[in-house]
Amino acid sequence: MKIMPCPLNGPRNISEFVCGGDVKEMPNPESCSDLEWANYVFIHKNPAGVVDEWWCHTPTAYWFVARRNTVTEEILETFTAQQYFGASQGEPA
Amino acid sequence: MPFTLIKNGLKNNASDIVDFPRQPDLKSSYDVIIVGAGGHGCAAAYYLARDWGIKNVCVIDKGYLGGGNTARNTAIIRSNYLTAEGVAFYKESMDLFKELDRELDINLMYSERGHLTLAHNDASIRTSRWRAEVNKQLGVDSELLYTDDVARVCPQLNVSQDVRYPILGALYHPPGAIARHDAVAWGYARDAIRMGAEVHQKTPVTDVIVEGGRVKGIQTDKGPVYADKVLQAVAGSSSLLAGMAGLELPIRTIPLQACVSQPYKPILDTIIVSGSLHIYVSQSSRGEFVMGGSTDPYPLYSTRSTLDFKEGLMSHMLELFPFLSEARIMRQWAGMADMSPDFSPIMGLTPIENYYIDAGWGTWGFKATPVSGKRMAECVATNKQPALLEPFRLSRFDNFTLTAEKGAASVGH
Repeated sequence: MKIMPCPLNGPRNISEFVCGGDVKEMPNPESCSDLEWANYVFIHKNPAGVVDEWWCHTPTAYWFVARRNTVTEEILETFTAQQYFGASQGEPA
Repeated sequence: MPFTLIKNGLKNNASDIVDFPRQPDLKSSYDVIIVGAGGHGCAAAYYLARDWGIKNVCVIDKGYLGGGNTARNTAIIRSNYLTAEGVAFYKESMDLFKELDRELDINLMYSERGHLTLAHNDASIRTSRWRAEVNKQLGVDSELLYTDDVARVCPQLNVSQDVRYPILGALYHPPGAIARHDAVAWGYARDAIRMGAEVHQKTPVTDVIVEGGRVKGIQTDKGPVYADKVLQAVAGSSSLLAGMAGLELPIRTIPLQACVSQPYKPILDTIIVSGSLHIYVSQSSRGEFVMGGSTDPYPLYSTRSTLDFKEGLMSHMLELFPFLSEARIMRQWAGMADMSPDFSPIMGLTPIENYYIDAGWGTWGFKATPVSGKRMAECVATNKQPALLEPFRLSRFDNFTLTAEKGAASVGH
């Protein structure tokens, strides 16, 4: 059993979580081209190594960021959105 | 049935045929380099030589022949897909498969078993009917069965309505088959080598040489190798290799786990799949129950196995086959599946000139081995996207014309 250290709920079984994909910057849908939007929607970095991803603890619907190694399957660190993006941009923790 | 088997069986001293002669040293250039010595890569080398006379071909792999997902799938072959594009494509593959053991003169143990995709709710019944009608229109043998007919086709199934997920019906695909997956890669590789190709195993590709938007060759641990054309067919490593060429792909690498039981006497002839329960099971010619489930819940470059997977798989499987409760698992493994957003492959031309891709094979690659080899060979030889591969071109993601193949693998999405 893999344990995910959730910033809100503490260490929980990873089966309680869903992976929401890479943390990436959303282009402005009003001004970006169709191709930029398509790349944002479909293209994945899919690295063999360290990746920052959105994860959600489904029972509490709590979203946070986890830094994970996709080769060793280690969860290196987890962050609240506020910690990750800084107080100016993040949602309240 | 390959005739050499009979011929050698009747001889006193059957001659030793060397299937895989020692390969010459890696040359400094070839006409075509194929990265990935799995079923797809070897098939492409075979059809390049057979159909297009291109024999100065190097198949290169960091591992060994057929050691990746070719050896890790559950060997199911079927063509009962949902979209017209998908059905046409997989039907051609199945037609090629049926003649393949004679053509390659190797025993593929191609065995038509009948394939049941179980439906446990109204939505699945509806999809099954839809798939059956699409299939029939396109000449593929498929029909929707209700519970009593399901029980007639597969009397081993527990069709009791007094379970957590009762069986309401099934999509029945009589030509559904299994085959010996390793032999597919071996047969293609052997005949490709006979016609002049080289297969270099244990040779990692460290970079792809691209100059002025055109591919020039690859870097390996044994030095650079130049080629007019390069084809990548590397499944779970697709993003990494494409990254070396400067391409970003709409692919995530997610493990798909499977396992086999100890061997038992033949008892289950049909192939049973349930999308709702995330399981598929068949009994191999060796007597092992081959069992698989859904893909792992998150991306990973690893072939480890987990207890979670087996718990989830077994709980549902025992509901369908209570008699397996005493069966023991003998082996477990995983493959790294290159999942695409629309559960369809990504094949053909790329933005890099003379660089071709055969990827996005997720959980549905084995059954497409012959057709992908044949059509990728056509693509490489003609430098044009074959009509059959048009729906699967990489550029479909740029303009949102996805294939939406919900009939892909029956599990995990």
